[in-house]
Amino acid sequence: MSARIVVIGAGMAAHRLVDSLVTRAEDRLEITVLGDEARRPYDRVGLTRFFDGETAEDLTLPATIFADPRVTLHEDDPATAIDTGARTVTTASGTVHAYDHLVLATGSVAARPPVEGAELPGSFVYRALADVEDLRRHVQERAAALDRPVRGVVVGGGLLGLEAAGALRGMDAEATVLQSSDRLMSAQLDLPAGAVLRRLIEARGIAVRTEARTTALRPGPDGAVESVLLRDGDEVPADLVVLTVGVRPRDELARAAGLSCEERGGVRIDAACTTSDPRIHAIGEVAAFDGQCVGLVAPGYAMAEVVCDRILGGDATFDGYDLSTKLKLSGVDVASFGDAFATTPGALDVVYTDPVSGVHKKLVLSDDAKTLLGGMLVGDASAYGSLRPLVGGALGADPAVHLLPAGAGSAPTPELPDEAIVCSCSSVSAGTIRHAVREQGCTDAAEVTACTKAGATCGSCTVMVKSLVTGELAKLGKAVSTGLCEHFDLSRRQLFDAVHVSGLDTFSAVIERFGRGRGCDVCKPVLASILAVLVPEGHVLEGENATLQDTNDHVMANLQKDGTYSVVPRMPGGEVTPEGLITVGEVARDFGLYTKITGGQRVDMFGARLEQLPLIWQRLVDAGFESGHAYGKSLRTVKSCVGSAWCRYGVMDSTGMAVTLELRYRGLRAPHKFKLGVSGCARECAEARGKDAGIIATAQGWNLYVGGNGGATPRHAELLAEGLDDDTLIRTLDRYFMYYIRTADKLQRTAPWLEALDGGIDGLRAVILEDSLGLAADLDAAMARHVAGYRDEWAETLADPAKLARFRSFVNAPATPDPGLAHVPERGQIRPARPEERGSDSVLIAGTTLEVRR
Amino acid sequence: MTTTLTTPTLAPQLAANWERLCPLADLEVERGRAALLGDEQVALFLLPGGDVRAVDNHDPYSGANVISRGIVGSRGGRPTVASPMYKQVFDLRSGTCVDTRGKEVRRLRVWPVRTLEGDLYVLRGGAR
Ligand code: SRM
Ligand SMILES: Cc1cc2nc3c(=O)[nH]c(=O)nc-3n(C[C@H](O)[C@H](O)[C@H](O)COP(=O)(O)OP(=O)(O)OC[C@H]3O[C@@H](n4cnc5c(N)ncnc54)[C@H](O)[C@@H]3O)c2cc1C
Ligand code: SF4
Ligand code: FES
Repeated sequence: MSARIVVIGAGMAAHRLVDSLVTRAEDRLEITVLGDEARRPYDRVGLTRFFDGETAEDLTLPATIFADPRVTLHEDDPATAIDTGARTVTTASGTVHAYDHLVLATGSVAARPPVEGAELPGSFVYRALADVEDLRRHVQERAAALDRPVRGVVVGGGLLGLEAAGALRGMDAEATVLQSSDRLMSAQLDLPAGAVLRRLIEARGIAVRTEARTTALRPGPDGAVESVLLRDGDEVPADLVVLTVGVRPRDELARAAGLSCEERGGVRIDAACTTSDPRIHAIGEVAAFDGQCVGLVAPGYAMAEVVCDRILGGDATFDGYDLSTKLKLSGVDVASFGDAFATTPGALDVVYTDPVSGVHKKLVLSDDAKTLLGGMLVGDASAYGSLRPLVGGALGADPAVHLLPAGAGSAPTPELPDEAIVCSCSSVSAGTIRHAVREQGCTDAAEVTACTKAGATCGSCTVMVKSLVTGELAKLGKAVSTGLCEHFDLSRRQLFDAVHVSGLDTFSAVIERFGRGRGCDVCKPVLASILAVLVPEGHVLEGENATLQDTNDHVMANLQKDGTYSVVPRMPGGEVTPEGLITVGEVARDFGLYTKITGGQRVDMFGARLEQLPLIWQRLVDAGFESGHAYGKSLRTVKSCVGSAWCRYGVMDSTGMAVTLELRYRGLRAPHKFKLGVSGCARECAEARGKDAGIIATAQGWNLYVGGNGGATPRHAELLAEGLDDDTLIRTLDRYFMYYIRTADKLQRTAPWLEALDGGIDGLRAVILEDSLGLAADLDAAMARHVAGYRDEWAETLADPAKLARFRSFVNAPATPDPGLAHVPERGQIRPARPEERGSDSVLIAGTTLEVRR
Repeated sequence: MTTTLTTPTLAPQLAANWERLCPLADLEVERGRAALLGDEQVALFLLPGGDVRAVDNHDPYSGANVISRGIVGSRGGRPTVASPMYKQVFDLRSGTCVDTRGKEVRRLRVWPVRTLEGDLYVLRGGAR
């Protein structure tokens, strides 16, 4: 069979229809799509993301279907007439297209209210990309011309109006929403829910006026809109107006062609989505089923599937509308689903309201309180994803538990039945998602979305999709994705290899090649660490790398609870000269720092402010100290005991070896911090077996233990090799650490790494002592490069004025201390004031004074 | 959103509501800077496309003034900053916390920003 299909309208429903046709049809088809916008079909539901920085290009729906030879898209050439007798469509350009099947997918037009001034310059509707482009341009122009924020007024307080108001706020404009009825979102919410929503919207800096009926838009001297006049006589000043008062189905072609239409608008269709002409279907917002048109995408998609099936000879039917909606305004949670207004006879409702935290939830139940009929969720819509699929089915538990705040009580997540619809935009059931994991090999939520379209449209079901996918993978005994984060699908180990092999040396280059987006607080530090190992000659804060570091690495100090930092100079092996101690004491005294001996055998000075760090370090560097890397995922300390030099039992020079090792591995970046210990005899005073590498002297030489850990999950290090001489010990340690650095997961210390390693300690021994992988030379070379490339980060920073700029406390007041700091005395030193102590007499330091009296 | 003003004569008028902070050139891409406005602190961020965003420097979860020192990144296409203290992640456009680390949602105030002749201004008092 060969069929000529003409689709009028190139919007969302049309796109879905063509997508399904080209996917399902094996026959010869000729599909012609006529659009009156000068662009490919785009995601209208996501229109507001345009103001979040997404471009028109980003919003375009997948365009591959237009590459199919069976499909022709005529952009910017609207249909102007249908001849049902000749079965042709004529377009504005005069082209005539003959059809076997005609599909109307013309959507709706945004209505302008019938009031004076509704067409004035500066008044906008909110429907198409062209509208939001115009709106943004106008706001920018007004912002440039005014010396105050632009005032925007939105007429209409429904879903669209609130989205538009959010978009105005995103452009730094003021926003006032005028709603003619007594509450926001009156089509979805009842009065109490609307009142809670109003407070949430106002908290976002959006002004709301209810019972505000617009009677005219007034022009200013330049002819553009200047104010909105209300029926009660009030005049609201406006630099621009967005009209979101409803839509009208674009049924004019159908009417002219004599198709049966609803009085209030919309082309009548039956359950087969066929109009009064059997050759003509209608789908999407223009179609009126059961006397009603609906402005949601999900029913349009469902109709598209029905029409596709019918054209291909099937007998699918459209079963009616699901009116569930969720507001996509970031930070405001609102959802309404099923029979939210309890119109079913005998329906009961259960309501939970917490006006203080702005939460209102209502569930509508059947008269026996067993079946869920619908609900409204305001302020916390986290239950939307799990409740909506249950509509029409048994709730399975006391309804109250679904309404309590997250965390309170144990809201059961009943195992969803396979037929429950999880994604209503694309009508995807729980069973389809499970099938995608089980039979189609999808291994994460993103793949399931690509494969089933669940979650691809409004996104409100993504949490539910993800939890189904995870649950299903777990049932299959499959590991859940090891990707670092949403920006990288690679694990740390894979990424290390990828960077190593590609030779790339900047974050931008790596993410462009192996990832996506701009990175985050998870992947950026991981990459900083990888680059630091692979390119040890570069300063960790060189160029773009500086932006990868969290504040500790960025300012080379440890952040404390009040926003000040601690300073830890390196004292290799725990050794420090009297002069060194005196310098440390003087610095601590002069800057008023709290001083403490750490668990790592060195001195920590707390309470240093950002702008003080270079001053403090200048004094420390001048006295011969260097960075102790207490802030880095890198070598911390090599703990030592005093050993054979002084101790009457010591058999080898444990302190000397500890100093050698600390100087060798200082500054080496790793997946997590690592520590060593060296004891001079089996009494183990350095607690070496609690460290990532523990070295214990014996009469035969050094014994090396690896994979120890203190901390949350203590583990004693295991014996790797015995009786080593100095050089063999160092070579073995070099390979052990480099192998760990290359292969461990992010934030994995050596203890869990060793436990997960193939073959455990024997496997490790084979790799680094017997060179079973042929890696040893590579590992040795990498460590040699680190040792040669080491330079003190603090000395280099002090010598570079550009790097010092980051220590300015404020960009407009470079040396002013954070006025929010407050310290109190304790045991002769300072500590941060607790909230209840602030403002009391005991507060010593509110930023500017340094002196602490004993 | 940064609006570039073209009429230099507006400068004196700007002074009424807008506070000049620093040359735009003082900001580094994707590295925050704090600015002081009387008793209040603003965290400024220059994004890769040249957009400047300003939010509270005060971290509502830890109570410390540290937001300017967090890692800048993106979540699902939105520019974000992660507090360096307890790692909550905030949307730089709306100030909303998008990863609360199990805490209740709190938000940062957003401060309107504009540039004029290479200088950066914020609206006093932030967004109302
Ligand atoms: C300062 C110090 C406590 C003290 O006053 O003695 C300390 C302080 C901190 N430790 Fe520690 N640890 C200190 C010795 C230790 C030790 C003892 C040791 O090194 O011999 C251990 C157990 C040994 C071990 O690491 O296995 C230790 C196990 C931890 C852990 C748990 C690690 C684990 O594998 O479970 C953490 C948490 C982490 O790193 O994720 C931690 C994290 C921290 C952090 C970074 C917590 C934080 O994020 O703020 C603290 C910041 C230090 C700062 O601001 O300067 N600290 N910490 C010690 C600094 C030693 C040094 O000179 O560098
Ligand atoms: C800002 C915004 C947010 C929204 N948010 C949601 C949401 O969260 N959830 C939800 O379910 N829905 C939402 N919607 C509604 C959703 O976008 C629509 O329901 C959906 O796009 C309808 O699809 P459609 O194909 O019927 O119409 P449209 O997508 O409007 O497509 C119709 C197309 O036909 C073209 N056309 C009209 N007449 C002709 C002609 N004579 N010749 C050629 N072409 C013609 C039009 O120009 C248009 O391109 C939102 C809408 C907007 C504007
Ligand atoms: S380990 Fe024991 S023997 Fe060795 S030095 Fe320390 S105390 Fe002395
Ligand atoms: S419900 Fe909208 S994308 Fe799934």
